[in-house]
This record gives sequence, C-alpha cells and structure tokens, in this order.
Amino acid sequence: MSTVTKADPAIPAGSAHPLEQRRPLGDRGFAIIALASGLLVLVILLLIAITTTNQAWSWFTTEGWGIFGKTWDPSKNQYGALSFIYGTAVTALIAIIIAVPVSLGIALLLTEVVPFQWARPIVYVVDLLAVVPSVVWGLWGILVFAPWLQHIYTSIASGVKGIPVLENLFGGENVSGASFFTAGIILAFMITPIVTSLAREVIATTPAIDKEGAYALGATRWEMINGVVRPHSQSGFVGAVLLGLGRAMGETIAAALVIGSSATITSHLFYPGYNMPAVIANQFGEATGIQRAGLMGLGVLLFIFTIIVNVIARGVVERSARRARGT
Amino acid sequence: MAVTAESQQASLREPPSWRRTKNIIMTALMVFAFVLAIVPLVFVLITVVARGASIISWQFLTAPIPPATAPAGQGGMGPAIYGTLAITFIATVMAVPLGILGAVYINEYGGRGILARVVRFMADVMTGVPSIVMGLFIFSIYTLKFGFSGFGGALALACLMLPIVIRSTEEMLKLVPDALRQGSYALGATKARVTLTVVLPAAVGGITSGALLAVARAAGETAPLLFTILTVTSVNRNVFSGPNTSLPSQIFNNANSSYVGAQARGWGAALTLVAIAFILMIAARLITARFARYQR
Amino acid sequence: MEESQQELVAKVEQTTRTEPLIRQPAEPVGTGKLIFDVKNVSIYYSSFKAVTEVTMPIYENEITAFIGSSGSGKSTVLRAFNRMNDLVPGARLEGEMSYRGASLYGRDVSPIAVRRRIGMVFQKPNPFPKSIYDNVAYGPRINGEHNKKKLDEIVERSLRGAALWDEVKNRLGASGLALSGGQAQRLCIARTIAVEPDVVLMDEPASALDPISTGAIEDLMQELKKKYTIVIVTHNMQQATRVSDRTAFFYVLTDSKSDTRTGVLVEYGPTKHIFEDPQDPRTQAYVSGKMG
Repeated sequence: MSTVTKADPAIPAGSAHPLEQRRPLGDRGFAIIALASGLLVLVILLLIAITTTNQAWSWFTTEGWGIFGKTWDPSKNQYGALSFIYGTAVTALIAIIIAVPVSLGIALLLTEVVPFQWARPIVYVVDLLAVVPSVVWGLWGILVFAPWLQHIYTSIASGVKGIPVLENLFGGENVSGASFFTAGIILAFMITPIVTSLAREVIATTPAIDKEGAYALGATRWEMINGVVRPHSQSGFVGAVLLGLGRAMGETIAAALVIGSSATITSHLFYPGYNMPAVIANQFGEATGIQRAGLMGLGVLLFIFTIIVNVIARGVVERSARRARGT
Repeated sequence: MAVTAESQQASLREPPSWRRTKNIIMTALMVFAFVLAIVPLVFVLITVVARGASIISWQFLTAPIPPATAPAGQGGMGPAIYGTLAITFIATVMAVPLGILGAVYINEYGGRGILARVVRFMADVMTGVPSIVMGLFIFSIYTLKFGFSGFGGALALACLMLPIVIRSTEEMLKLVPDALRQGSYALGATKARVTLTVVLPAAVGGITSGALLAVARAAGETAPLLFTILTVTSVNRNVFSGPNTSLPSQIFNNANSSYVGAQARGWGAALTLVAIAFILMIAARLITARFARYQR
Repeated sequence: MEESQQELVAKVEQTTRTEPLIRQPAEPVGTGKLIFDVKNVSIYYSSFKAVTEVTMPIYENEITAFIGSSGSGKSTVLRAFNRMNDLVPGARLEGEMSYRGASLYGRDVSPIAVRRRIGMVFQKPNPFPKSIYDNVAYGPRINGEHNKKKLDEIVERSLRGAALWDEVKNRLGASGLALSGGQAQRLCIARTIAVEPDVVLMDEPASALDPISTGAIEDLMQELKKKYTIVIVTHNMQQATRVSDRTAFFYVLTDSKSDTRTGVLVEYGPTKHIFEDPQDPRTQAYVSGKMG
C-alpha cells in the first residue's frame, strides 16, 4: 500500500488557483464542430432551394403562369408542366391505393397476429423489398413485368369496352405495359417497406392494457383491432401514409423506365404517361436553355411538393406520438 | 331470471359464427397482404439471378464496357464496378462522420433547445427529398463550375446519406443509458471526452449498422449520378476529374436499350449490384446482433 | 418516558425552524481539518427551491452520512459538492460552498477540476461497457496518464483498494458488464479512487445490492476513510449507525399555505448523538421510525 502522505490535493503542482482551469480547447472545439454538422442540414436544404430556383429562373420568367400549361413540346418552345404534375399525382395515388392496405395488413400481422419469434424474420423479408435498388425494379419492370402486364391490360381493356366509367379508366386502344398504372404498381412495391415499418411503430404504441381490456370482454382479435388499435393509431397511420406518398412522388428511376415517356394527360390509366422525376431523368442530359431551366423548375416544384408532404407527415406522426405518450 | 345450466354452458361456447368468420377473413386478408408484398420481391430476385448469373464471370466483373450492340458474352462491367466502389466510398467518407457529428449535436449538445429540435425535424424532412433533386442541386452548385466527375456524384450521394446517418445514429445515441454519461462526468471528463470515450463507443454497433444501410442505399442510387458523372463507358480511375460511370448508371442505360447483349449485361450488372446491397445489409444485421450480445 | 404518536406529530408540525442544529463532538474522528464549508446554501431547479439554507461543516477523513426521507434534499446537496447539479438544466445554487477554503462555485472554477478531486459512486452500479482494466484506467487516462506500466500499477492499486483485486486479477480483460452487482459497485469504487481523489461522495451506494455485498461495501468504507473523506447518502438508518462518524438529518418542510415543499437540514452531529439523543422533534420522529 503506498504511503498516505500526499501534497495538499487542493493545489495541484504548478497552478496558481487550485480549482480554476480554462475550458479545454478541445472541448469547445468539439462542441463547435458538432454544432456546425447539425447546421449543415439546414444549410444544405437552403442551398438546394436557392440554387435550383436560380437555375430554373428563366423558365419561370419566360412562361409565367404557363408553367402549368398542358403542352410540353421543345420543338414548339412550349414548356407547360401540367402533364407531368398530373402524372406524378396519378402514379403516386395508384401507389398509395395499392400500398396502404398491403402495408396496413402486414403491420397488423406483425404486431397482433404473429407470435413474437416469427416477427423478426418477417420484418427482415419485408425490409428486403427496400434493399432492391430502384434501378433494378425499373430494369425488371420494363423488361419483364411490363410486357406481361400488357397482355393483362389488353384483356381488361377489351373486357370493359362499352362500360361507361371503366372504359375511360381501363379501356382504350393504346394500352401499353409501360404506363401510368405499371409505374404505380412498382412504386407501390417500393414504398411498402417504409409505410409498413412506420405503421408498425405507430401501432406498437397502443397500450397493452387497452388491448387486454377488449379481449377480457370477449372480443375476437379483429374486433379488438377495430375497436382499440384503430382509434389509437389512425392519425399516426395517416402520417405514415403521407410519408409513403412523398416517397412515391419523388421516386425517379423506376418510374422513368416503366412509365412510357409520353407527356399526355389522359384518364386512361393503361396508357403511357410521364411524371416529374421521370421526365427530368430522361430529358435533362440533352436539354439546353429554357428546356433545361424548365426541367430544373420541375425539380424545384418536386422539392417543394415533397417538402410540404414530409413536413405535414412528420407533424402528424409527432402529434400522434405525443398524444400516445400523454404529453 | 335464473341462470340455467344450459345458458351457462352456452356462454362458454365460442362467439357466434359470423364474428368468427369475420375474424378469420380479416386474418386471411392480412396474410394475403404479406404474400402480395413478397411475390414481386421473389420474382424480381429470381429473374435477376436467372438472367444475371449466366453472364457473371471474372471477366464480366473486370472487362471494359463494350458498345451496346456487342453480343452478350463480350465485355463486362469493370469500369462500372470500379466507379460504384470508388464513388460510394468517397460519399461514405464524407457523409458518415458528418452525420455522426450531427447526431451528436442533436442528442448530446442540443438538449431541449429549439435549434436542436429544428435540426432534427429538418433532418427527418431531408430524408424525404427525392434523390433526383439532390442530383440537380449538386449539378447547379458543383458540376456547372467543375465539370462532370465522380466526385460530383459522390457529393450528391453524400447529401442523400447525411440525413439517414443522422437519424439512425441519433436513435442509437438515445439508447445509451444516462448513467454511463454521469459516471464519466463524475470522473472529471469534459463533455467532448464523455461523448468520444463513453457514449460513441457504447453505441458503435448500432451506428455502424445504420451507416452500412445508408451505404447500401447510396450504392444503388442512379438519379443523383445522372447529371453529375455523365455516364461513360470507359473506366476513369481519377474520381476527381472527368466523367465516370457506376453500376446503377449502366443498368439504367442498358434497360433503355433494345439490344439483347446490352440487356444481358444489364442483368449481370443488376445481379452484382443486388449482391453488393445484400452483403452490406447482412453485415449490418450481423453487427447489430453481435453488439447486442456484447452490451448484455 | 414514551410520548404518544399524536403528541409527537403535534410537536413535529409545530417545529418549523429552518436553521440546523449543529452539535459538535468532543474530539474529531479524522484529522479535524475542515473539508467542506457550507454556508446558507439553497439550491433551485428552475423555480423550484429544492433545498433551503443549509449550513454545515464536513471534516477530513470522516464518514458523514446524510439521512432523511425522499425529497428532503440529501442527494441534491451531495451532488452540489462535485457540481453534478450543473448537468441539470435550470439548476442554480445560492450561498457559499467552499472546499478546503476555495469556493466551489466561484466564477472561474472549472467543474472538471472539481470532479477530479471529488469523486462520486452512484446508487446503481454503472460500469462502462469496456473491460475491467479499461474501466479503472479510464480516469487516469483522461488525466493524461498513458504509460502502460504506471497504468498497470494504478489499476492494481485501485482494485486492491476496492477489495476487488483477488476476484478479478486473472480476467482484467473481461467486460465490466459481466460482474455481479456487488462486484460492479466495487469496480465503480475502484474506478473512482483510481484518480486519487480527495473526497468520495456516495449516493446510496448499497441500496441496489444484496446484504452480503452491502456488508462488503461498508467494510470497504472504513478502510477508505483512512485515505479519503467520505460523504454518503443513505436511506438505511442502521447503515448510518454502522458506518458513519457524523450524521446529518434532512427533512421535507411543507408550507401548507403556499403548498410548497423544500428540503432543510434539521440536525447534524456525531452519529451517536443523533440516534441516541436527538434534540429536534423531527429528528426524534424519524430515527425512532415513528414518522417519515
């Protein structure tokens, strides 16, 4: 055991005041670096907004409100974006309509039905959907899926001939594998993992006592889900769906490959179409002047739309989480 | 009214059949939903493997990219593989440290302050920015001045990865028990030291696996690279100057091609890309599992 | 003569004095030197006054116990000694608290420097997810010691000092998380004394442990007080009588008019006096188990 005598600990060697020390340089430096990294996010978002708008400016000034015009024809110097906005809306909507029930079903399956040990492998499998790169979805989509769908579309189209509303949606002479609908389906595949995972998080916050209360009254599992889980998770689920919508709106490459690349506004879902990210991807490389500015402007619009959707979505999810916590 | 033995027995029987049926139908629908999601995944994977495996060979992985008209057996994807590895690597080196530091700011330094909440919210929102917008952004701010290069593509990918790394790291940091921080402070450590010597090491497993998933995502992205690297077919070892290529870029080109050879090479490239993404994902899961054990 | 419960309660409610009763022993137990001098200290968390007007001296090489019911401010005052309250947003201290004559809360005082001299062991053992060796070597390393030989010496000395060496000397590379509760707490003690502090603060160090480990920790404290000054917060009165030289009794003072509560130091003196001959009725009520 070492000797007990030691110098008065209040005064370490070589310092005038025992307890005083400047805040070490490294400590303050690290804090600054951390703050700067955090601010980087805000800076980047701001720069995106500024630089892209700047690049798109000539389109805004030349077309004015014509940016929402129906015709996009470089040869005629017309750059109206309505058909792309329409296409984005349609494909995203189709994607949501397909993905929402599927994701909800899987999420409920995982939280309420499946025994605990099976949950993890199922989650892994669903996450595999997310690992497949967008371009591979597109490759498979255009070379395999679309041709196969074309047969189906043709059959449906001939089947609905003459029936009023359905013919306008699913009929027509030019049905094509590469179309709005195909793009919507593939987008649905791609957004399912994220909507499922968020839905799971939301549903998992349902208090167990509420669920047990329902079972104790003799409810079947579905009745419990309907009566307890649903009211609790509705708003949060809406947030999850909105996030999926944001992803579907912005997903570029898969859409670019299977949407058909035809800038038309039509009700026929099996017809080739176009959407904002797809036209940017396909035309930007060779575009110059106003066309390039226009494509950049589409990027600006896409940025704005997805930011708005995401802000609303995150807000909804946060609010429902706060309510679940009781704060 | 007296409770007869019969009514007592009746109350213990199952609920009326229509409630049961409804329950069964709903459960069946949920399973059906799962199947519906799995079927396309299986089909894609089977197709990729079937069509890509036949063309994969060492030559394929290293040979230069032939013109689109070349038949299936010729050439390969060497330059694209190099491009993907190099560009993704640089993007990772930029995005991961900055992302970790950003998460450190939000969780360790920001506290309940409004700035930290804004940063966290905006990082969330940034994960939803379409990848093509990132490409347009870097095009405007870098490519126009400095020309096409792998580095420009790496910048765009880094912008994509940054918010993902921030959010996943932040979740991991939140899981580190506060008792560990207190123990470190009580020994006279500065905040930087507490973070670097106790908090980050405690969370390193989760942080790494989160980063690997971000890398997997970046490796598979095409849109950010479209206008920043200007897909070419020759290999460019200098990532900082001159156009470059990557696996996703080549697949995109070849998917649009009507030549069978190009399409076949596209499948081969797709298989390679999916394999890379899978390896990264499996590595991430393994690390998570291993560190969960270590942490008790 | 035994008082009835009601008489005691009545007396307690009538006693609202906030100045503490400080009783001195005949002779000091340790060196008699003054380590901490606390004068009229009140501690606030934002607008909540957690502790009111505490005045007390703490002496070198003694074990001082803080006792009292929950919310009476014992831990708050303890954490003020090593500036751990700084980590709570909105915490502030009024009054004077000095350590060996130097103010602890002076403007230029660095909490880092304070904590290197005044260490703390927590209620729930919190070993780092590192090896046993790295846990103990952590403190010396952040103080700049990197020489392997010296670190080995320090680790061995500290583990011996915490009565843990024999149990772990052959597995210093094992994870600190793999130790049992009692061992983990001794590891935390070893970690704390590895930096050779002057004072060791202990916040209910044995409350999360089984009786045998508790006994081991209490024996350890008697050894440690020869080198260090120890201040311990405890809920266990028997523990206070077993280990401490001096005891301070804290109490929750409620003001029914304004519906506020705050902690005050009621009585402080040699342990024997506090437990066998408490002067304040509130102390009487607590140590006899009749209240609180």
